[in-house]
Amino acid sequence: MLEPRPVTVEIGAARTPLYDIHVALGAKMSPFGGFLMPISYSSIIDEHRAVRTAVGMFDLSHMGQFVVRGDSAPEWLDSLACNDVATMRPLQARYNIFTNDNGGAMDDTIIYRFADYWLVVVNASNAPKMWRALNAAKRGDVTLDDRTQRSALIALQGPRSLEYLQPLTDVDLSGVKYYYATTGSVAGMPAEIARTGYTGEDGFELFVAAEHAPALWERLMRDAARVGLLPAGLGARDVLRLEAGMPLYGHELDENITPLQAGLDWAVKLGKKFRGREALAAQAQTKAFDRIAGFVMEGKAPARAGYSVYAGERRVGDVRSGSPSPSMGGKNIATVLVPAQHAEPGSRLNVEIRGTRHGGVVVPLPFYKRKK
Amino acid sequence: MPEPSDRLYTKEHEWVRIEGANATIGISQHAQSALGDIVYVELPKPGAVLTKGKPIGVVESVKAVSDIYAPISGTVTAVNGAVEDDPAKVNADPYGDGWLAKITVADAGESATLLDSKAYDELLKAEGH
Repeated sequence: MLEPRPVTVEIGAARTPLYDIHVALGAKMSPFGGFLMPISYSSIIDEHRAVRTAVGMFDLSHMGQFVVRGDSAPEWLDSLACNDVATMRPLQARYNIFTNDNGGAMDDTIIYRFADYWLVVVNASNAPKMWRALNAAKRGDVTLDDRTQRSALIALQGPRSLEYLQPLTDVDLSGVKYYYATTGSVAGMPAEIARTGYTGEDGFELFVAAEHAPALWERLMRDAARVGLLPAGLGARDVLRLEAGMPLYGHELDENITPLQAGLDWAVKLGKKFRGREALAAQAQTKAFDRIAGFVMEGKAPARAGYSVYAGERRVGDVRSGSPSPSMGGKNIATVLVPAQHAEPGSRLNVEIRGTRHGGVVVPLPFYKRKK
Repeated sequence: MPEPSDRLYTKEHEWVRIEGANATIGISQHAQSALGDIVYVELPKPGAVLTKGKPIGVVESVKAVSDIYAPISGTVTAVNGAVEDDPAKVNADPYGDGWLAKITVADAGESATLLDSKAYDELLKAEGH
């Protein structure tokens, strides 16, 4: 048994500035997006609970950080991504998707508008591809800077994040609205402070210079007992985002899955021009496309990514993500990619697990919504 | 902590405690620790015939699915229903309450290829655990 995933290290697996700290904390490390990343420090269930009830702290320094400058930057980004960019207000953050000519997702991203530059945060696994694509598409006075190596990203996520972080910063955090950002200092270190995240909870993402990251992490850990903060790994993060109905690139979105199929209609602005718009406009007309749906298994066996989904005797799609859900009392939740007629809540489908079919039912996304 | 010396181990981190013609099977302390919170256990049915080295079930943690391989050939006489109901028992007590299956041993000679606790400890050290 064991070896749930290959232990061989990816060729060229990189380390974030916090790698030594993760190892010292006893984290289980695994290759992810070209980096050796902490999957879990203590227990995924405990780390998940910390984020849902207190604070969890994540190292997200593997994510790509591209700085875009130039007067034409917002219009240029608007031409490549399906959600609006130019309408963003100063210091606003917005979820977006870079689309290909077929409307498929090249990557999903959060774009931040700072005073005189735009910060585009991309998935680590897609960073090399997006760096090439953005440079190839560059025009006008746009300049691009890949600052990933120079900049770390530490996220505090959970209902007590503001309370925990406030004594350590000169910024009035209550003045930073959800999906806005600001610049200031945290523990004496200059930082971009964004009220964004990927867990379904309130929280802050802190961008700091790579050389400051270890000191900032240690400082943020020092008062952990005050609120029950735990360092949390990518294992808990994946469960948290799935419960919150947020897509993970390579699962609910990829080059062949469009934002409309992923249920991200709210982020697809067909009224503007962008790469892939025509394909998405045509798809929006047909409505007869396979789409991502939430799914809850009835039995004890977890559905996992890649398992086949059946309607009666007919294979109609596959599981894109699946995990037991602590926020749903341990029920096995999943996303499935299935034809529209099977994607309606209440639709009964079967998942094939090691040769046996197990029943479940389509439910609306998200599985979990925080109390405001 | 040294592994219990009353049983034998596989390189894949299962254990088997042989008592005459009967044996009990489980996964090691290291295996449960590496997996993390175990949320699901799928075990063979009583009467199932196991072949050494072949998959006989799975153990799943929140994020990982791992096959369990038969450490020795035989026929299943009982499975641990308590761990099917409460898989966390495998984390809590992998060498005791967290046992997985009991079998009648087909060929006691197969045990010669298994690791004793000392050899298994050395394997763990060699793997860097």
